[in-house]
Amino acid sequence: MPNTKTVVPFTGTAEQEQRLMDVIARHKGQSGATMPVLQEAQAIYGYLPEEVQIKVAEGLGISLSEVYGIASFYTQFSLNPKGQIEVNVCLGTACYVKGAGEILARIERKLGCKAGAVTPDGKFSVDATRCIGACGLAPVIVVDGDVYGRLVPDDVDAILDKYL
Amino acid sequence: MDTVKLKINNIEVEAPKTATILEAARLVGIEIPTLCYMRNINAIGACRICVVEVKGARSLIAACVYPVSEGMEVFTNTGAVIRARKNTLELILSNHRMDCLTCLRNQNCELQKLASDFGIQEVRFHTDNMHPQIEDSSLHLVRDNSKCILCRRCVAVCKNSQSVAVIGPNDRGFETHISCAFDRNLDETACVSCGQCITVCPTGALTEKDDTEHVWAALADPKKHVVVGVAPSIRVTLGEAFKMHIGSNVQGKMVAALRRIGFDGVFDVDVTADLTIMEEGAEFLKRLESGHDLPLITSCSPGWIRFCEQYYPEFIPNLSTCKSPQQMFGAMMKTYYAKKMNLDPADIFTVGIMPCTAKKFEIRREDQQAVPGLYDIDVALTTRELARMISRTGMYFPHLPDEEFDPAFGISTGAGVIFGASGGVMEAALRTVTELVTGQPLSSLDFMEVRGMEGIKAASFVLNGRTVRAAVASGLSNCRRLLDRIKSGEASYDIVEMMACPGGCINGGGQPIQPAVVRNFVSLRERRAATIYEQDKHMPLRKSHENPLVKRLYDEVMDGKPGSHNAHKWLHTTYRARPKYPTSTNG
Repeated sequence: MPNTKTVVPFTGTAEQEQRLMDVIARHKGQSGATMPVLQEAQAIYGYLPEEVQIKVAEGLGISLSEVYGIASFYTQFSLNPKGQIEVNVCLGTACYVKGAGEILARIERKLGCKAGAVTPDGKFSVDATRCIGACGLAPVIVVDGDVYGRLVPDDVDAILDKYL
Repeated sequence: MDTVKLKINNIEVEAPKTATILEAARLVGIEIPTLCYMRNINAIGACRICVVEVKGARSLIAACVYPVSEGMEVFTNTGAVIRARKNTLELILSNHRMDCLTCLRNQNCELQKLASDFGIQEVRFHTDNMHPQIEDSSLHLVRDNSKCILCRRCVAVCKNSQSVAVIGPNDRGFETHISCAFDRNLDETACVSCGQCITVCPTGALTEKDDTEHVWAALADPKKHVVVGVAPSIRVTLGEAFKMHIGSNVQGKMVAALRRIGFDGVFDVDVTADLTIMEEGAEFLKRLESGHDLPLITSCSPGWIRFCEQYYPEFIPNLSTCKSPQQMFGAMMKTYYAKKMNLDPADIFTVGIMPCTAKKFEIRREDQQAVPGLYDIDVALTTRELARMISRTGMYFPHLPDEEFDPAFGISTGAGVIFGASGGVMEAALRTVTELVTGQPLSSLDFMEVRGMEGIKAASFVLNGRTVRAAVASGLSNCRRLLDRIKSGEASYDIVEMMACPGGCINGGGQPIQPAVVRNFVSLRERRAATIYEQDKHMPLRKSHENPLVKRLYDEVMDGKPGSHNAHKWLHTTYRARPKYPTSTNG
C-alpha cells in the first residue's frame, strides 16, 4: 500500500533539517529520547512526515516502525500539516451523543479528507477533538476559529462553502 | 543456585529465585496456559490468559512474568481464575475472525486450543462482521490482521532476535493493529523474509504464502519432469508435522512420501551442500592467499544475504559468491541432469523443500539462472507446505517405509547434513579445506568449537602453519553484533558463517510450528540439532571432497575442478545493495 497517511508532498528545507539534526544530537543516547525528539521535530516541521520520521529513526538508532508506532499512538502528533483553514469537530461526550459522528462524516465527504489529514491543496485540515467546553451548543464544530453549534449534518455544506 | 520455597495448589515447590510462577508450576507438573508469552521471545504479561491467584494479592497475577518468592501461595485453578480466563478468551474471540475450518492453522492454533480447553461454546460479545484483512505483497508471507490477537510475539522476534524491526503496533486503543510504518506493505520495507514471525504466531494471522498449487499443477502436467530436492534440516523436523517426537529423523519416510506424491526425481540437496563446500573452500583458499576481501562470509542463508544487502552493504564484497545449495541444486538439474537424462531443461520443473521462507524470495532473485531464461528453482516450499501435500494424499506418514533418495542425485555426506545447524557450514568447510591444504586426513572430524546453541561462536585453527580465525553467528541480531565488531576493528576473522535464523536452518521460518506450551519448556533447536549431528556421526562419508557424485559432477561437466568456467557460470551469483527504505526519497 502506498503511504496514504501523509497526503501532501514533503517540502522540508535544509535549514529545518539542520535544526532537526541539532535536536537529535542533543538527545542521542538518552533513554526515552524518542518522545522529546518527535515533539521538537513537529515544532520544526509542523507535522511528522515519513521523511522526518526516517531521520529521527536513523539519528536515534531505532527502527522506523518504532518511531511510527509512537507517532501514531499519541494524538499530539500529526502525520499531516495543518491546512490554511482548520476544521475541528468536537467528539466530546455531549457532542458525540448529539450526532457529532455524522457531522464529521459529512465534513470528511464534502472535503474528501479524513480526520487527521489535510486536503491535497493544503487548504483544509480536519481534526476530531476532545471536548472543547461548549457542550450547551452540542454538536459543535470550529472552523478557522469560528464556532458553529447545534448542527445537523445538512448544515455542513453551507458552512464550509463560506471558506472555499 | 538460590532457591525459594512456595506452594502451588497446596503442593510444595522449591524453585530458583529467578523463576516465574509459570516456570515454578511446571516443576510440579502444573501447566498454566499462555497466549502472548513465549520463552526467550516475548514476556510482557499482556494477554491475561496466564492469570493465577496469589494469597494476599489484591488482584489476579500474570504468572508468565511474576517472579516467585519465599512462602508464596499460588492457586492456578480457582473459580475466579477460570472465570477471568474465560472472559478474556471470549473478549479475544469477539474480535477474531473465526474461520477455523478454512484456516491454515486449523488444529495447530493456540487460540483454538484454549477455546476448546476452556469449553468456550458461545461468545457473548459481538463486534462488526469481521472481514479478511489480507496483506500479501511479499513473496513469502500473508498477514491477515482479522486473526491477529495483538500478542506482539511477531514484533518481539523481528526486533529482538532479528534486529530487523519492520513491524510494530500502530495506532491506539481499538484501532491498534500490527503492521509496517505508515501502514506500508511489507514489500515496501527492509523485511528480510526470514519468516521467524510466522513460527511464533499463535494463530493464523501470519502464514507462509502457500505455493503448493503450483507444484500440484506441474505434477499433473505430462510434459513436465518434476524433480524435488530436500534441504538437510527437513529430515529432522518434518515428523513433527505428523505428531512425531521432536528430533525424529524421518529421512526414509520423507523420501517415500515424495515418491508417492509423484515426483519424477527425489533428490538430496545435501549433494549440492557438498558442492557448495567445494566452491566456497576454493574461494576461501584463494582469498586467504591474496588477503583480499577477508573475512569470507557464507552465502547459504537468503535471509542473511538480504539482511547484508539492506543493512550492511559495505560487507557485500566479503560475501561468498557461491549460490546457496538450493540454487546449486536447481542449476545442476537444468544443466548436468538435463543433459544426462536427455531432457529439455525447459521441461524440468524444480522444487526445493526448504526450512525457510526467504527461499521464496531467493528463487526470484536476479542472476539465479544457470540456463538463461529459466529459473534454477521453480518453486520453493517450506517444511509446512510439504507436510500439507503429504496430508492431502492420504498417506499415514509415520507408517511409511524408509526409502533411499534416487541415486542419480542422492549420494551425500555428513558434511552436507550438518548444514542444517548453526556452525555446520563452517565445520563442513573446515573438514574439507584442512584436508585439501595439508594433504593429510584429519584425526578427528568433529569441530566441537563451532557447534552448540550460542548466538556467536569463535575458534581458531592452524592450517599449514597459519592461524585461521573463524566465527559463526546465527540469528540476525547476533549477525549484526558480529558485523559491528568486525567493522570497529574489535575483532578480526578470516572466515565467518552467518545464518539468519537463531540456531540455523533447523529453527528456520519454514519449519513446523510448535506452540508456546512446547517451546516454553523444550529447546526445539537443541533436539533438532542433536539428530543432525547424530546422522553425521553414522554416515559412511563425512567430507564433501570425498563425495563420489561431486567428483563426477566436476569430472563430467566442470573441467574437473572447483572455480572452473562452468562452475562459475552455474554455481556463482552476484549481490547488490538494496535500500533500507525502498520507498523513501531520502533514505
